[in-house]
Amino acid sequence: MADNILLQIKGLVIGATSYPPGEPPKEVTLVHGVDLTLKRGRVLGLIGESGAGKSTIGLSAMSYGRGGVRLTAGTIHLNGREIRLADARALRSLRGREVTYVSQSAAASFNPAKQIMEQVIETCLSHGLASKPEAEARAVALFRKLGLPSPETIGNRYPHQVSGGQLQRCMTAMALCPKPDLVIFDEPTTALDVTTQIDVLAAIKEAIRDTGVAALYITHDLAVVAQVADEIMVLRHGRMVELGETGQIIKAPVQDYTKALVSVRSLDHVEKAPAAPILQVQNVTARYRGTSFDVLKNVTVDLPAGQTLAVVGESGSGKSTLARAITGLLPPSQGRITFAGRTLSADLAGRSKDDLREVQMIYQMADTAMNPRQTVGTIIGRPLELYFNLKGAERDLRVQELLDHIEMGKGFAARYPAELSGGQKQRVCIARALAAKPKLIICDEVTSALDPLVADGILKLLLALQAETQMAYLFITHDLATVRAISDKIAVMFKGAVVRYGQKSDVLSPPYDDYTDLLLSSVPEMEQGWLESVIAHRKMESAGN
Amino acid sequence: MRIPLSALIGLALTGTFLFVAIFTQWLAPYAIDDTTGGQWEGFSRMHLLGTDTIGRDILSRLIYGAQVTIFVALASSILAFSLGAFLGFFAATSGGWVDQILSRFVDLVMAVPSLIVALVILSVLPLNLTVLILVIGLLDSTRVFRLSRAVAVDITVMDYVEAAKLRGEKGTWIIFREILPNALSPLVAEFGLRFIFAVLFISTLSFLGLGIQPPLSDWGGMVKENKDGLIYGKSAAMLPAAAIAALAISVNLVADWILTRTSSLKGGRGG
Repeated sequence: MADNILLQIKGLVIGATSYPPGEPPKEVTLVHGVDLTLKRGRVLGLIGESGAGKSTIGLSAMSYGRGGVRLTAGTIHLNGREIRLADARALRSLRGREVTYVSQSAAASFNPAKQIMEQVIETCLSHGLASKPEAEARAVALFRKLGLPSPETIGNRYPHQVSGGQLQRCMTAMALCPKPDLVIFDEPTTALDVTTQIDVLAAIKEAIRDTGVAALYITHDLAVVAQVADEIMVLRHGRMVELGETGQIIKAPVQDYTKALVSVRSLDHVEKAPAAPILQVQNVTARYRGTSFDVLKNVTVDLPAGQTLAVVGESGSGKSTLARAITGLLPPSQGRITFAGRTLSADLAGRSKDDLREVQMIYQMADTAMNPRQTVGTIIGRPLELYFNLKGAERDLRVQELLDHIEMGKGFAARYPAELSGGQKQRVCIARALAAKPKLIICDEVTSALDPLVADGILKLLLALQAETQMAYLFITHDLATVRAISDKIAVMFKGAVVRYGQKSDVLSPPYDDYTDLLLSSVPEMEQGWLESVIAHRKMESAGN
Repeated sequence: MRIPLSALIGLALTGTFLFVAIFTQWLAPYAIDDTTGGQWEGFSRMHLLGTDTIGRDILSRLIYGAQVTIFVALASSILAFSLGAFLGFFAATSGGWVDQILSRFVDLVMAVPSLIVALVILSVLPLNLTVLILVIGLLDSTRVFRLSRAVAVDITVMDYVEAAKLRGEKGTWIIFREILPNALSPLVAEFGLRFIFAVLFISTLSFLGLGIQPPLSDWGGMVKENKDGLIYGKSAAMLPAAAIAALAISVNLVADWILTRTSSLKGGRGG
C-alpha cells in the first residue's frame, strides 16, 4: 500500500520576504504546515481564493518556489525520495521526467518563434527519454487524444496560428509527452471562454484517465474541479480548511468556509416587470477607425430605469464595444442612442456635463481604473468637485458618506489604491460612480477579476444600491451565474450581433437558439458527472444531425 | 528610511556644489579676474589650487564657474523639461494630426546635430546668458519631448485616463493630474542625465568660444584657457575638467536614488 503513494508532503512551511513600501523588509509565511498525500493515478484538486497558497503548494511538488519564495520546513517525498532539500542537479533530472507543469496562460508560456512540435517534444529529447521520431509519434498520439484538429500537422504550426483553447491542449500534450508520474495543472482553463473551457476540460480529463497519470489540479472554481478531481483540498490563508472526496465536499461540506464556497452561486434575483426605457439603443452599427469590419451589427436593446440589462457573450462578441458606443468613446456609424428622453450625441465631445454625469462606468480591472498616484479621497472626491462644485470639508464629508455606503469604514480616504484589496478597489470604483448620482451605470465585467466570495459581496452591494437609488445597470459579463443573480433583461451577443434578447425568464427558458444553448450548457455545474453528460448529449445531437 | 551609500555620496557632493554656487561671493578668496600670481603657479598657501594662464587664482575661478555653470544648466534643463514634457503629454493625449505635426517637427530638429544648430544660432544672436539658456533649453526639449510622449502614450491607454475623459475632464487636468504623477519617475531620471548634458554642452560651447563670455568664467571655458598648460605638465586644465566629472557623477547618483524611491512608491508604475 505504501509504495502506492506518489507524493507525500508533511508539515510544509513556505516563506517569502516582502518589501512593503517605506518599511524595512520582513519575513512572511505563506503556507503554514500543510500535509498532503497523493496516490498514483489519482487527481487532487487544490481550491481556494487568490493568496490561499494553492499555486505555491502545487509548485512545491516539484520543489520549486516562484520569485523568492522559499520552502522553509517540512518534507516533500516524491516517489519515495525527499526532494525539498535536493540539489539542483537532482531537481533538474526530476522536473520534466517525473513531474510536469501546465500553466494558466498557454499563450504566454509558448515561445512564439518556435513551432509547437519542437516545444512539445523538447523535454523528451533533453532528458533522453525518446528519440526524435519516437517523441514525435508520441506527441501526435497525444494531439489526437486531446481532440486537436489535424493531429499529424498541427505540430508544424506556430503558437499564434492556433486558438487559445487549442494552445492550452498543446500545453497539456507537452506535459504528458515525457510520460510523467505527476502533472501539476495550474488554473489551465481560467483564461478561456466558457464554451472553450468545456472542450479543454473534457480533453484534460480523458487524457488523465487514459494515461493513468496523477495530477494536482489547481483552480478557484469549485464547479470546474468537481468535474476532474477525485479528492478536493480547500485552502485558505495558507492553511488547509477541509479535505475530502469530491462528492462529500460539494454535497456535504463540513467547514463554514467550504459551505460559503459551495453556495456562492445560488444568489437569485426576481426579475422586475417591463417598464418604459430610460436607455434606448436603436440599430447601432459601429466599426473601429481604419477598419472595414463592423464590430457591432444593427444592435437594438433598451433598458428601463431601475433595472438591469445583462449583455452576455464570449470574448470578441462585441459586448464591451457596445459599452464604448453608449459612452461615446466609439461613435457609431449608424443608429441612435437615446437616454432619458434626449438623443445622445454620438461623439464624446458633443455631450453635455449632465449627459456625462448621468452615465457612469465601472471597469473590469479596478487596478487600472484608478490612478495609482491619487488617494481614495481624491478619486471619489473629484466627481463631486466637477459636477456639484463641492469643496473642502463639505466634499470630505460626502466622500466619507459614500465610503460608508459601500461598506468601507473610516481611514480609507487617505489610502492609495495599492493599499486596498481587490474587492475594496472595486468598491471604491463603485463609490466614484455613485458620487456622480448617475441614472445609468455600465458595469464591464466588474466581478470577473475577483474571487467568488468577494464577487458575491460586490453583486449584493450593487443590488442593494439599485433598490435604494433606482439606478439602471448595463451589466456586461461572460458569466451566466452572475447574469442569473442580477439581471431583469438579457441580450446574448455573438460576433457583434444580438442573437437573443428579452426578459430574463424568456431568454433563459427553452426553446433556445443554437448559440444560447451552447453557452448555457457550457456553464459548469457543481455536480459530479456533469461534464460527461454534456459531452454525451452533444455527441448524440451531432450524431442525429 | 535607509539611504544607500551611493546616494549619500551623491547627495553630499551635489549639496556641496549647490552650496558653493549659492554662497560664491563669501567663499571665493579672490575676485574673479584678479591677477594675483604668476602664470601657472603650483599649489601654495596663497593659491590653494594654483593659478591659471594669466595668473588668476584657480580656486576662485572654479567657485565662480560653479555658479555660472550650474545656473545656466539648471535654468535650461528646467526650460527643456517644462516645455518638452508639456508638449509631449499634449501630443500623446491629442493624438491625430497634432501629434503628427509636433512629432515630425521634433524629428526634423533632431535630425541635425544639436551642436551645429546651436553654433549657427549663437553666431547670429547676441551672446548673453538669456540667449544661451533659451538655445540650450529649446534644443534639449526635443529629447524630453520624445521621452515624455513615449511614456504618456502608455499611460493614456489606461482605464483611469479613459474614466477621466468620460467624466468630462479638461486636457490640463488629464495632463497634470492623471499623467504627470505617473510619468514622473522616468522624467526625474532623465532630468539627472539632461542636466549633465546641459553642463557639457555649455562647456563645449565655451570651449569653442561661443558660450559664456569673459570676464565670467565657466568650467568649460577654463579648460580651454588652460589647455596649453597640459603640454608643460601643469594641472590647471585638469581641475575644471575634474569638477565637471564630479558634478556629473554626483547628480546622477542622486537621480538614480530618486528613481528607485519613486518607482517603488505605493504601487506606481514599475513598483
